[in-house]
Amino acid sequence: MQTFTLNEREVSVDVADDMPLLWVLRDELGLTGTKYGCDRALCGACTVLLEGAAVRSCMTPVSAVDGKNVTTIENVAADPVGRVVQDVWRRLDVVQCGYCQSGQIIATMALLRAKPRPTDADIDAAMDGNVCRCATYVRIRAAIHQAASALGVEGA
Amino acid sequence: MPLATQDTASASEAAVAVDRRAFLRLAGGLTLGFCLSGRAVRVRADEPFEPAARLFAPNAFVRIGPDNSVTVIAKYLEMGQGAFTGLATLLAEELDADWSQVRVEGAPADASRYANGDTGMQYTGGSNAMANAYQQMRRAGAVARALLVAAAAQLWHVPTGEIQVAGGVVAHAASKRSTKFGALTSAAAALPLPVEVKLKQPSQFKLIGNAGLRRKDSHAKTNGSALFTQDLKLPGMLVAVASHPARFGATLKHVDDTAARAIPGVVAVVPFAGGPGYFGGVAVLAHNTWVAKRARDALVIEWDETHATRTDSEQLRSRYRALAQQPGRIAVEAGDVAFMDTPGLQVLDATYEVPYLAHACMEPMNCLVQLTDSGVSIWNGEQSQTVDQRAIAELLAIKPEQVRITQLYAGGSFGRRASPKSDYVLEAVAIARQAATMGQRAPIKLVWMRTDDMRGGYYRPAFLHRIRAALDGAGLLVAWQQRIVGQSIRQGTAFDRGNQNGIDSTSIEGAAEPYVIANLRVELTTPDDVGVPVQGWRALGHTHTAFATECMLDELAIAAGRDPYQFRRDLLAGNPRHLAVLDLVADKAGWRQPLLPGAHGERRGRGIAVHASFGSFVAQVAEVSVTADGKLRVERVVCAVDCGIAINPDVVRAQMEGGIGYGLGAALHGAITLKDGVVEQSDFDDYAPLRMSEMPAIEVHTVPSQQPPSGVGDPGTPPLAPAVVNAIYHATGVRIRTLPIGERIPTNSPRVEPSDASDDPNH
Ligand code: FES
Ligand code: FES
Repeated sequence: MQTFTLNEREVSVDVADDMPLLWVLRDELGLTGTKYGCDRALCGACTVLLEGAAVRSCMTPVSAVDGKNVTTIENVAADPVGRVVQDVWRRLDVVQCGYCQSGQIIATMALLRAKPRPTDADIDAAMDGNVCRCATYVRIRAAIHQAASALGVEGA
Repeated sequence: MPLATQDTASASEAAVAVDRRAFLRLAGGLTLGFCLSGRAVRVRADEPFEPAARLFAPNAFVRIGPDNSVTVIAKYLEMGQGAFTGLATLLAEELDADWSQVRVEGAPADASRYANGDTGMQYTGGSNAMANAYQQMRRAGAVARALLVAAAAQLWHVPTGEIQVAGGVVAHAASKRSTKFGALTSAAAALPLPVEVKLKQPSQFKLIGNAGLRRKDSHAKTNGSALFTQDLKLPGMLVAVASHPARFGATLKHVDDTAARAIPGVVAVVPFAGGPGYFGGVAVLAHNTWVAKRARDALVIEWDETHATRTDSEQLRSRYRALAQQPGRIAVEAGDVAFMDTPGLQVLDATYEVPYLAHACMEPMNCLVQLTDSGVSIWNGEQSQTVDQRAIAELLAIKPEQVRITQLYAGGSFGRRASPKSDYVLEAVAIARQAATMGQRAPIKLVWMRTDDMRGGYYRPAFLHRIRAALDGAGLLVAWQQRIVGQSIRQGTAFDRGNQNGIDSTSIEGAAEPYVIANLRVELTTPDDVGVPVQGWRALGHTHTAFATECMLDELAIAAGRDPYQFRRDLLAGNPRHLAVLDLVADKAGWRQPLLPGAHGERRGRGIAVHASFGSFVAQVAEVSVTADGKLRVERVVCAVDCGIAINPDVVRAQMEGGIGYGLGAALHGAITLKDGVVEQSDFDDYAPLRMSEMPAIEVHTVPSQQPPSGVGDPGTPPLAPAVVNAIYHATGVRIRTLPIGERIPTNSPRVEPSDASDDPNH
């Protein structure tokens, strides 16, 4: 039995220790906002926050989150940074097919926590692992900059 | 154990993706539920979804609820290209609806109501959704509006001519009465349909052309609630992960499933036979994807490879080169290309090659199947309803109308989900059918893992173009002969009646176009024994014809000592829309001003290309830099587009951005290669997608237009590769004729000038 905090609520699951968090979220807990995209940690579609840092849930065994805090796309609006990021994403209509966007938004939240005013180089470094086959990168970059300024103003 | 989500909007957003009414119709008296984003929605089939009397549904495209909601029924799939938003814009414009009250849901499979144009078939593709829906959706909105107006007139005892509608409010100014749509739905539903409706003039548009409208799917796609096939879970559903042969055409010989069955959670192991268009294999069924995949990986299978393909990319390339030395079938002819042999002409001879490409949609292929007593129900990011209905009906020996399809969001497609042979859909049905014979009648969702998807075939075919072209003494282009070699994406499909005299128009579309060349010939050779499954890929034939044509144009301009932009201009007389985008892009990119020099040792260059596809005209200028050690960076792409009336200007911009990025990923890295019949790529490391750090700055300029709208999903991609390759030449003198470009430009190799055909032993 693994117990962890998921989106501010405690959950327990009775699954194999090595079951990846991605499939625990999607197939056991019914939280399907976190996506599957590749077999070797190459796409970032499955990104979630673990103790505030971005991790690939496809490579994170559920045992590694025992007793820890996990945030998924379904709960970003409850987070002050997440809410701003989500708003900007909607204002700029970043999404196309949308399949990668949960991962993009979560990765952006982690980036902005670590670097409140990221440069383009910071964005490249932080976001290169998050593939968007629709190539919405121009808007993702613009949205990150806008979210950073919005948060800067709010925080000031 | 579903968790409640924090976002209360998610349940209503799910309606955007799921035709719940269709769902109910399918349910056949059972109580069904589905689970999305942790929210279990339970619906009973015997309870009407909404009280019918108060719902106003004047046609197949709109329902207006007593709660003022306007639900637009989208016959085109939303796969990222913005179809839902575009269709809603058209209908809401004529309805004068409040945009915030408009929601969209996917139409069920029913070609009698939802055919694409006059094809008689329901599908999404060829960037024609807006062109085909422009009148239909506006008319549907105008009819609904007329009925609401008539209902208000009746209620208020005033003439219809005195009633105004704006922003979802119906008003009569003189009597100061007004109401929202919801209060009129019952009355409107009882009225006869108007005989005639008048559509707005473009000058009256409020929503069409409004760059401030936001997409209808942004909300659900930013909080995890948007429902993709990957996310759908029916009660009792099993996930199927299947093992496929490494070589196309191999069949199952023997499976040892001892190790697979030993994995806890495995429900069944299902060997299934292939058929036309899909390959057999062995599927593992389990309650979760992880168990199914692990067990699939533990299967020990022997394949019968008697009829398997042994195609090898290198050998295929040599074969195509040899084929290009011989005449093909003549597809286009004007004047006489023998003119090329006139002494004194400068003849260039160049061969361009492009590889197989995977679509590599972010959501790997998947399909949910439930066999029912009355037929079969399918849930899919459905792009080709009529073809899939027919194929499934044939497989199950039922009628196409017994195949019910619910269209969900697709996590990308780029053509892949419009498989003309219904490959992955048939595989899912074949597994479900086989499972049923083994007593397992649960709904089954086939899930391809990334590697299955990458190796699953149905690629953009590899193509070779050999172009010989002649300039006269004045540097004018006087002759052009283009030999094209590659597989047909239509052969053996429902679309091959489009092939005439053995010419698949999608193999040649865009070749040499639209240049005015007195002596022109395009020839096509279509090998039909390659054994690698192929299909359309974003912009179909234009992806390779634009590359070959626009690169050769550049080579000719340089050989003639002309500016590549001016050289094109001179050949585009009589093509005002091409000229307009070409001029606009040259102007915006500062074509006439020199490029700023690069950093020390870095070379910079600029390249141009123009290409029309699917009725839209696009020109692009790419700016690149190449470091001393050959590292390429595409820094900026300026794009001009003419797609007629831009229904959603911001979606147009987004599609150009995305089309450029998708094209750039393919131009830089994209190649599926086969070694002795085995696909060498498997995931995003060896089939590298474009990543954030490689994305250029992009500027999009739209030509203002009153022409009828044309599409934007495809046309942004074709000009990109030639613009980049032409820019690389400008920067370095290296002429790239084979895609992908690869990691490094061989800048230390000598400048490659176009070969003079007089040295060509094959001439
Ligand atoms: S699914 Fe986890 S990185 Fe691709
Ligand atoms: S929006 Fe489609 S993959 Fe990113």
